[in-house]
Parts: sequence; C-alpha cells; structure tokens
Amino acid sequence: MKDVVLNNIVKTYNKGKVKAVNDVSFTVNKGELFGLIGPDGAGKTSIFRILTTLLLPDSGTASVKGFDVIKDYKNIRSSVGYMPGKFSLYQDLTVEENLNFFASVFNTTIQDNYDLIKDIYVQIEPFKDRRAGKLSGGMKQKLALCCALIHRPTVLFLDEPTTGVDTVSRKEFWEMLKSLKQQGITILVSTPYMDEATLCERIALMQNGEIMSIDTPKNIINQFPENLFAIKANDMGKLLQDLRKNHEIKTCNAFGEFHHITINSGEPIIENRKFKISNIEKMLIESGHKELVIKEITPTIEDCFIRLMDQSIDNG
Amino acid sequence: MKQFLSFVRKEFYHVFRDKKTLLMLFGLPIVQIVLFGFALTNEIKNAKIVICDYAKDEATQQIINKIEASQNFDIQETLLSHQQIEEAFKAGNIKLAIIFPANFNKDLSHLHQAQIQIIADASDPNTANTLTNYASAIIMDYQQGLMKNNVVPFRIVPEIRMLYNPELKGATNFVPGVMALVLMLVCVMMTSVSIVREKENGTMEVLLVSPFNPFLVIIAKAIPYLLLSIINLAVILILSVTLLDMPINGSILLLFAESILLIITALSLGLLISNVTQSQQAAMLISMMGMLVPTLLFTGFMFPIENMPVPLQVISNIVPAKWYYIMVKSIMIKGLGFAAIWKETLILLATTCLLLFISLKTFKNRLG
Repeated sequence: MKDVVLNNIVKTYNKGKVKAVNDVSFTVNKGELFGLIGPDGAGKTSIFRILTTLLLPDSGTASVKGFDVIKDYKNIRSSVGYMPGKFSLYQDLTVEENLNFFASVFNTTIQDNYDLIKDIYVQIEPFKDRRAGKLSGGMKQKLALCCALIHRPTVLFLDEPTTGVDTVSRKEFWEMLKSLKQQGITILVSTPYMDEATLCERIALMQNGEIMSIDTPKNIINQFPENLFAIKANDMGKLLQDLRKNHEIKTCNAFGEFHHITINSGEPIIENRKFKISNIEKMLIESGHKELVIKEITPTIEDCFIRLMDQSIDNG
Repeated sequence: MKQFLSFVRKEFYHVFRDKKTLLMLFGLPIVQIVLFGFALTNEIKNAKIVICDYAKDEATQQIINKIEASQNFDIQETLLSHQQIEEAFKAGNIKLAIIFPANFNKDLSHLHQAQIQIIADASDPNTANTLTNYASAIIMDYQQGLMKNNVVPFRIVPEIRMLYNPELKGATNFVPGVMALVLMLVCVMMTSVSIVREKENGTMEVLLVSPFNPFLVIIAKAIPYLLLSIINLAVILILSVTLLDMPINGSILLLFAESILLIITALSLGLLISNVTQSQQAAMLISMMGMLVPTLLFTGFMFPIENMPVPLQVISNIVPAKWYYIMVKSIMIKGLGFAAIWKETLILLATTCLLLFISLKTFKNRLG
C-alpha cells in the first residue's frame, strides 16, 4: 500500500518562467519515514503544497491515501496533518489556546487524542499559558507538531521542521518522529540538513526541482563509486587551492574541519591508490604544508549529494 | 457549530490582545466625533467685533445689548470714531464692525427708517457672510420687537423657517457622515487586515489543510467586527446626543438595522480586498485610500453632491456610504420611517449582495 504517490509532477511559477518541480515521481509506503533532502529552492515546499492540495500541479498526477490531490482535495484535507515551513500558529494565543483551537477545527478535543501527543506535549505543558510568540524556536516546533497531530492524521507532512532550531531540539524532534512512526503514521519530512538524512528510512535527494536519487540512506552511501579521503593541514585555504591545482585530484570540497577529495585513479587498485596518495602527500609537504593528516573515510550523504550535483551539471 | 464558536472566540482573543487595534477601533470614532463636533464646525462662535456708536441713544443701546447677549459675537471695544475702525481691522482679529450713525433713534421713530453700517472682513468670504447674517438677524429681531408697538401698514416681512435644523447646527450634518465614515473605515480595514494577517503568518495555509469550510472562516472573522461595530455605533450615538445635542427623531431600531446593513456591506468589501492583497500593509492602504477619500468626498457631508460636475455625481452613486448617509439623516433628523427610505435600503442591499457574491467567488481555496 502506497500512502503517497507522485507521477511526473511539474510545477512552474511566473507563467512557466520558473520551473520549481520538474517531472518528479516517487512513492511513499504506508508507515514509512520518508525524507526530501535538498537545499533551499530545490522544490521541496512546492511538492509539499501540491500534496496537501494547496497548489495545483501544472501536469502530472498525485494522490495521498488513494485520494487525488485535485479531485478529492476535501478528503485529503481532513485526513492529513501539515506543518508548514514557517511557524504557522497564532502568536498572540497561548500554547493551550492554540492547541484547543486546532483540535476544534478538526472536530476533536485534546482529551480524545492526548495519548498521541502526550510525549511531546508534556515538554511544553509547563508553558501552556505562555503566548506562542514568546516560545523558543524548539518549543514552537513542538507545539506546531502537537497541533498537526491533534486530529490523529494518517499521513503527516512536515516541511523543514528543524530549520532554525538548535542542535539539541533537532535531535529531540527526530526522536519524536521515530516514535510517531511506531504508531503507524506515514511521515513525509523535508530538510536542508544532510546530516538528518540518515535518520529517515528512505530519502530523495533533490536539486533544482529534480530528484537525483531515491533510496535508503545506506544504499545511497554504498553507491558512492569512489574512495573518499579526508585531508587536513595548518593552512586550509592554501591547501584547498593546491589540491584543486593538482591533476591527480578529481574532486575536492571543503567540509568543515577536513577537505574531502577523490582521486583520478582510473581503476581502484589498492596498490595504485596508496601510491597516489603518498605522492600527493609528498607534494603537499614540498609545497610547505604542515600538520598534514590524510585518511580514508566512508562518504556521508552530503558527499553523495555533491557528487550527484556535479554529475548533473556535467550532463546538463 | 462548536468549530465555529471556537473560531469566533479566537477572533475575539486577537482583537482584545492587540492593544493598537483596540485603540484604533474605539479611539477613532471618539476622536472623530470630538474633532468634527468642536473643531471643524461652520458655526462661528465668539467672533471679535467692534462697535462705533455715534448715537448713544436708547435704540442703539438695546441693539448693542442684544449683540452682547449673542453667543456669536464678542465685542472687543466700543470705538469713538470712524478712523479707528480701519486701524482695528488692520490690527488683527476683528471680523466685523457695526456703526450706528448719530440720531439713530430719532430717525427711527420719526422717519420710520434708520441706517446701520456693517463692515465685515471679507478676506474670508464665508465667515464674513455668516457674520453679517447673524448681525442682520439680530437687527431684524429688534425691528420686529418695535413693530408690535407701532403698526406700520403694508409691510411684508418674510418669515424664514429652517426646517429640521432650526438652529443651523453643524452637528446634524456631520454626525451621520462620521457614522458612515467610521463604520466603513473600521469594518473594511479590520476584516481585510485580519484575513490578510492569516495569509501573511501562514496560518491560512494550516487552516486550508483542515476540514474547516473556508466560508466559515470568513463569517467567523466578520462576527467580532460586526459586534464591535455595533458597540462603536452606540458610542457614537451616545456621544452625539449628549455632547452635541444631536436629535434622534426616528426609530433607533431602524437606525441600527440600517447600520448593520452598512456594516455587512463594509465587511464584504473588506473580504474582497483581502482576496486581492497579500500583505497587511497593502490591505491597510487600499482600505484607507479606497474608503476614506470616497467616503469623505462622495457622501455629501463635506461637499454637497448637487454642486459637483455630473460625472462625479454619477460616481457618487456607487459609494455605499452615500446611501447610508441619506438614510441616517432621514431617520435621525427628519424622523422618517422605513417607507421613506426603502429605495436607499434596496440599493445598499443590492450592493452588499453583489460585493458578497464577488468576494466569495474570488475567494481562493488554495494558495497562489
């Protein structure tokens, strides 16, 4: 049973000038935690809005729980939970008033579905008389999640729920999503943070309105075809310049503490690779780099994303 | 129903927690009534005048006493010679000079005819005109008093009656105007801003993705403003009756019924504005410019519509406040019943239905 189905969805803005979603197709299984991963402007929000019946696609079909997003929009609206990217509750209403209001909008009460939101609500309950506008970013997101869950939705759409939230709250938020998944709720979540991708069951990597890859995070990492090295020295700026000048090096990207590189090895013969790495190390020492560290690492989702992005640029 | 009530309650929270909106909602009408009532009136009170009395007899003394007793005039000084008058005008605040020639009483009693010279500062023609009218009225009054004793045959005295507003008070004219203005402004602006605010804050997005009927959103939004506007109306009426001696000759019930009709017109107009705007500022600006200026210009309480060129007269017909103004004047001042204003009611009702229809048609069930 597929809870969410998209077939060749296209969405443009400004009378076709801006292509936000370009021929996107994917499915989300029942009870799955599915992530749309991509930077701002990748088309994530447009897909969410099409699925929540807020926008009409230019072409293609989509359905949620078997309901068509155009014809049966009323059925979708009453059965899904939606948390938009921007904090969309009433800032001048208190936590409790917001929750009560959304409960009654969905013809239910807090008591009826308290078991579902209990774990989340207890964290914000001490502040229930505080106005929503006065809450911290993490608290706001918890409240918004409570409001989106209050009617026990079967599919939950979370558009960048962790953007602008501190690391601790982000972690807590993903824990909550995991426990919601246990309750059988299908969750579609989007995030620009690549490190959160591994927390999803399956992910779609998006860029410029197109999906570059859909798979489990593990498979996507395993599909990374080359060996990846992390490299560090005292002058990281100069190191990056030198590495990019080097013909042995295929790609080089700055990744915080380390630069990640792949090499033009032709074929991945271990001896050959070791030889090339030691060559590179020698050259770097010659050009005056100190405290040099080179190590082989497992690629992250971000490495995969950058590789796919470069590929599509080369192809396009 | 429970859904709906909780929505209405939420709207009341919004209104009462936003101190600025609340201040505007109730401050605006009070300020306008007080402003129009005391500052912007075309009655002239305590105009400074001088009197030059060459006669100094019984008759002139009586006339001067009457002038002194009038609220309109404030006699600055009594001059001795003609030359001083021009100096007094040049010196400043003197608006009017009244000169009694020598032998005023003698002429009056023997020749049955006497002359008084009234000189006005006509650099402001309206004031000059009004003041000379006040002065003539006082003199006419005195003359009539004399006539009771001396019967002068074959003299035609025109009797002028100012219908409905015998004291020519400005308030009777502008209170209905201010009522129209305040109701239009408050209702249109408040509804359009509060709906656009939901769009701006993204809460509309969440509300749309719910089983809630969007039309109910609109009606729920309108109810608090309808109630608050009725309170506002009551405040305006109490202020104008107590402070400005405004009469309510007709049925108060009818007055409120017609006002509620105008409020609904304004609410549908606000809804229409909120449908075509995306930001609170734009909604505010359109409501302000779109409501304030036409209401001031075309209602007829500031500028008589009869004096306008024909195209503007035609335009004035589409301003709902104009019809309301006519109805309120008929009810409050003339004391007429529904039979006299059914035509205006019908026009306003038709406008409301049209606006409501268009705004519900243009209401977007989705984003963008």
